[in-house]
Amino acid sequence: MTGLLQRLGHAALGYFRRLGRGNLFLLQTLASLPGMLLRPVLVIRQMWSVGVLTIVIIVVSGLFVGMVMGLQGYNTLVDFGAEESLGVLVALSLVRELGPVVAALLFAGRAGSALTAEIGLMKATEQLSGMEMMAVDPVQRVIAPRFLAAFLSMPLLAAIFSAVGVFGGYLVGVGLLGVDDGAFWSQMQDKVDFYDDVMNGVIKSIVFGFVVGWIALYEGYDTVPTAEGVSQATTRTVVHSALVVLGLDFVLTALMFGG
Amino acid sequence: MNTRTVEIAVGLFVAIGIAALFMLAMKVSNLSTLGNSGGYRITATFENIGGLKVRSPVTVSGVRVGRVDKIDYDLHTFQAVVTMKIEDQYKGFPEDTSASIFTAGLLGEQYVALEPGGSMTSLKDGGRIQLTQSALVMEQIIGQFLYSMAADKKADKQPDAGGPEAGQSDGKLPDIP
Repeated sequence: MTGLLQRLGHAALGYFRRLGRGNLFLLQTLASLPGMLLRPVLVIRQMWSVGVLTIVIIVVSGLFVGMVMGLQGYNTLVDFGAEESLGVLVALSLVRELGPVVAALLFAGRAGSALTAEIGLMKATEQLSGMEMMAVDPVQRVIAPRFLAAFLSMPLLAAIFSAVGVFGGYLVGVGLLGVDDGAFWSQMQDKVDFYDDVMNGVIKSIVFGFVVGWIALYEGYDTVPTAEGVSQATTRTVVHSALVVLGLDFVLTALMFGG
Repeated sequence: MNTRTVEIAVGLFVAIGIAALFMLAMKVSNLSTLGNSGGYRITATFENIGGLKVRSPVTVSGVRVGRVDKIDYDLHTFQAVVTMKIEDQYKGFPEDTSASIFTAGLLGEQYVALEPGGSMTSLKDGGRIQLTQSALVMEQIIGQFLYSMAADKKADKQPDAGGPEAGQSDGKLPDIP
């Protein structure tokens, strides 16, 4: 009985310790962000690996998500004679939800896992300790540029996802299924509000970029420095990012559209 | 990978991202129509505005000329006050223009339809439309319809009034003498 209680207590303490370390790590990272203004080259290098290399998967997924929504939405809307509303359906769901959320999930899988593995391996091979030995702050030199790159890339990727998705819906709806071209765009412009819909989507993607970047870098930084530890940390990054993104999405949606 | 290539690629990435955002703003959302803040306002009071909302369209002969800007309730007259913003290019509606609230399609959204009158003087900025027709509320129409149906039925049943069925058919309790 006491053994069981002890195990539970141990697990709880370990959890809170990790949470506390994670928050301290975030504060440390945020504190060293202003230093990045002096060395933008580091950030640009990271935006290459975090942002540019993720474009392909974002564009392809966005196109197919938009096309599938065009097909599925058409089949439902045509029963009500409302197939002109297809543009509204595709644009609203992409801009409000799917753009930020699916882009964040893909981002966690493509860029977040890479960040964790990279930092984890740096720790396992004692490169981070080596930097500290040379009086180079690893948070300043390694973590902060990657965090900033993730934070900056995510809204851009989500915007690309939404735009390509709308184009995919247009291709299927207007090109394949014969929805009227003018009605498709004019109804969309009529119903989609810039501040309420587009800007809220952008805010969501900024929050997701922040969270995914934080989780990925912290998992790498806090990893057990073995091959197994790095692999577990990478898995945790993807799982935790996905859960947090979906959970936060609900909270943000309730705050933005629930009232 | 040399620095130059990386920088060009990142620059391209940022440009594409901003272009996508721009496309969402201009092509997908209403920012392009929201941008021209010009226009003049006219108000109209209604007994009942039904499901009219802020930013609902205002049309004349089916052409959208503006949007509902503000909906208020006047506590003195106990009426809804609808402020509409009409685009500048559609200036000069006659003073006796009338406004009605219609529904687009059977279940569509509601909009304000203006019907120009014959007056020589035209509505100014801040002017008020006198002739208005409220929204038709579905429950009221159905209620009236059922009421008139019941009345017809009662009229048919009139000859054998006093029979045991007559009291039940119109849903009332039979009178106790």
